[in-house]
Amino acid sequence: MALKTDAVGKSWPSTTYQVGREKIKEYATVLGIENPVHFDVGAARDAGFRDVVAPPMFAVVYSLAALAPAMFDPEVGMNFATMVHGGQTFEWGEPACSGDEITTTARCVSIEEKLGNGFYVFETTSVNGAGAEVVRGTWTNIVRGV
Amino acid sequence: MADLKPGDAIPELRVTPDKYLPHRYAGASGDFNPIHIDREFAESVGLPSNILHGLYSMGVVAKAAAQGLAHGDPRALKKLTVQFRGMGLPEQEIEVTGTVKEVDGNRVTVDLEARQGDNRIIRNAVAELEV
Repeated sequence: MALKTDAVGKSWPSTTYQVGREKIKEYATVLGIENPVHFDVGAARDAGFRDVVAPPMFAVVYSLAALAPAMFDPEVGMNFATMVHGGQTFEWGEPACSGDEITTTARCVSIEEKLGNGFYVFETTSVNGAGAEVVRGTWTNIVRGV
Repeated sequence: MADLKPGDAIPELRVTPDKYLPHRYAGASGDFNPIHIDREFAESVGLPSNILHGLYSMGVVAKAAAQGLAHGDPRALKKLTVQFRGMGLPEQEIEVTGTVKEVDGNRVTVDLEARQGDNRIIRNAVAELEV
C-alpha cells in the first residue's frame, strides 16, 4: 500500500506557551536537575538570566501543544497502534526563562517508506516574544508495517 | 575544560527512575500516553510493562552532557540528537556514558548512549556544547 504523503509541507496553527517558575521547578525536579538557576530567581539573575531559566529539554513542554494537532491530523494519517518515537533532535538558541511567551509552529517535513516502515518527520520552530529562535525540534515517528 | 580531547570519557551518570517517575514526568511534560502510566494498558498492547517516556530518557542524556562538561549550565547545550531503540523501564538503573568526539575551540561534540543493563535505550546520541 502506498504511503499517503499529501501532508508533506503542511503547517499547523501556532500555539503560544507562557513559561512559568513553578513549571520549570516541576520539570527540573522530575529530571533530578539541581542547578539553582532553575529554582531561584536570585541565582538565575546572578548567572545572567532574566528570570528562572528552563533546562534545555523543557523544550518538550512548550512544543507539545503545537505538535499534537499535526500528529493527530487525519491528513497525516499515522497509525498510532504501531507507531514509535524513533528519533529526536533539538537545536537551541536563546534560553527560555520564566515570563517568556514562546510561540511554536509545527510543519510536516517528510513522509517516506523505508524497508516497509513509514517515517513521519515533523519540525517545530519556537520563538520568544522578542522574535528570537529558542529551539528547533525534529521529531521522527516510525510506523511499523505500512 | 581547555584540556578536553577526542576520546576522553565524560563523567558517567546513573539514575534509577522509581515506579511513579513516569507519572511525574507525564505531569511535568503533558504527555499522558497510557503506555507510560498504565501498566495494564501497556501489557494489553504487548509491552512488558508501562515504559519510560523516550523524551524523559533524552532529558537524562541532556543532563549527563551538561553536568559532565559544563557544570549543568543550561546555556551550554546547543544541539542534541538521539535515536530511541530498546524500551526504557521504571525501577531499573539507567547508565549514561559519553565520549568526546571533536573539539573545535569552545565547541565540543560528544557521542552518548543510555543503557539499562544490556538494553541500550538511547543510542547514537550526539550532543554539541559550548563550554
